[in-house]
Amino acid sequence: MPSVHFTPNLRRHLRVENTEVEGHTVSDALSRVFRDNPGLRSYVLDDQGRLRTHVVIYVDGRPVRDRTALGDAVGEGAEIHVMQALSGG
Amino acid sequence: MLLHLGTRKGYLALRRRGRGDWRCERTAFIGDPVSQLLPDPRDGRLYAALNLGHFGVKLRVSEDGGASFTELPAPAYAKQEASAEEAPSVDLLWCLEPAGPDPGSLWCGTIPGGLFRSDDGGRSWALNEALWNQPSRERWFGGGYPHPGIHSVLVAPDGNRVVAGISCGGVWISEDAGESWRVRTEGMFAEYMPPEMREDPAIQDPHRLAWCDGDRRRIWCQHHNGFFRSDDGGETWTSLDVPPSSFGFAVAAHPGDPQVAWSVPLVKDECRVPVDRRMVVARTRDGGASWEPVGRGLPEGDSFAVVYRHGLDAHPGEAVLAMATTTGALWISEDLGDSWDLVTAELAPVYCARFDRS
Repeated sequence: MPSVHFTPNLRRHLRVENTEVEGHTVSDALSRVFRDNPGLRSYVLDDQGRLRTHVVIYVDGRPVRDRTALGDAVGEGAEIHVMQALSGG
Repeated sequence: MLLHLGTRKGYLALRRRGRGDWRCERTAFIGDPVSQLLPDPRDGRLYAALNLGHFGVKLRVSEDGGASFTELPAPAYAKQEASAEEAPSVDLLWCLEPAGPDPGSLWCGTIPGGLFRSDDGGRSWALNEALWNQPSRERWFGGGYPHPGIHSVLVAPDGNRVVAGISCGGVWISEDAGESWRVRTEGMFAEYMPPEMREDPAIQDPHRLAWCDGDRRRIWCQHHNGFFRSDDGGETWTSLDVPPSSFGFAVAAHPGDPQVAWSVPLVKDECRVPVDRRMVVARTRDGGASWEPVGRGLPEGDSFAVVYRHGLDAHPGEAVLAMATTTGALWISEDLGDSWDLVTAELAPVYCARFDRS
């Protein structure tokens, strides 16, 4: 299963745990995480479900291309990192 | 007397011990931008709006005077079916006000221009569709931000009359608690726009609105083009000449005397520093017919201080003034602005200063 890692800076604001979830896309994987932790959603995505401007997600070391629908594919053993983008200061 | 401050680096509450002697009593959200605060006089709750640089806008509430906060859902736009790049998302919680006598009824003005209402203490929010769906909204635009925003919401005690200021989208009035709206900017103008748009209501940029609680027909407006006054509750506006500059962001109304108001002048309109870099407050005591620069104790030169829209407040009972700056200074006046005491110069840039009204 893909594993999802979150920047520890999120822990200043709410409970966040790294986890392993089913999913074939970034959107699939995050949806499963948010199902267990609904408060986390608005920290990562905006009102329309797009990736927040100053949040970046890497899949196996590459930034996701689809920041609107998060449709980038993730493999069985993918490492997904949700990080704050340095553009945000 | 208690003063709440929202800063670039957190929340502070300061309590008055004596003239010029204010002690920090509480802090919260250290490191995080606090864009707005509402110490709610109806039930004692303290609402704090955050603008986390990476993780979006957040809303927190305290029921123990700021000792602890819990998270509320922030106002948000409904997800659109095909989520286009232009579909709206809340960028900033810019003003928070009681929406009437019922505790828990709230207005929240936001960037990109949505006015949201809650009737359950912020546990749920609804976009005010009547204002959002105004056809002229397509001509609104951002002032200082990429998108337009609602920074001022004046609410009559019964909650029915509401006057909202939008940068840049004019002054909007409702007589029915937001069910319907009309734009009223007659008398306002914008010299910096193309001539044919000079008086277009939908492009006016009121920086901040303030009304006199003792006579709500008198509304003061610090506008991007200058300073305006209304004597009829916002229906029509008169341009006023405020020396040393009619440009600025903040305005405060005397709580009981409709003849008295304050602004904090800056060099218009892109320079935005105190005139001659000498910080002064402009005060009128005759309804805006004349203004005098006041500010004994303020820096006499070399000042780059700007007071943001929500950085100037007049205490409702005592007519004590609080003024907090982008340079991290907090000033208090206890004599209607004649003289000022520096409480601290070591804050982060201050977004809002708000006296406790409970």
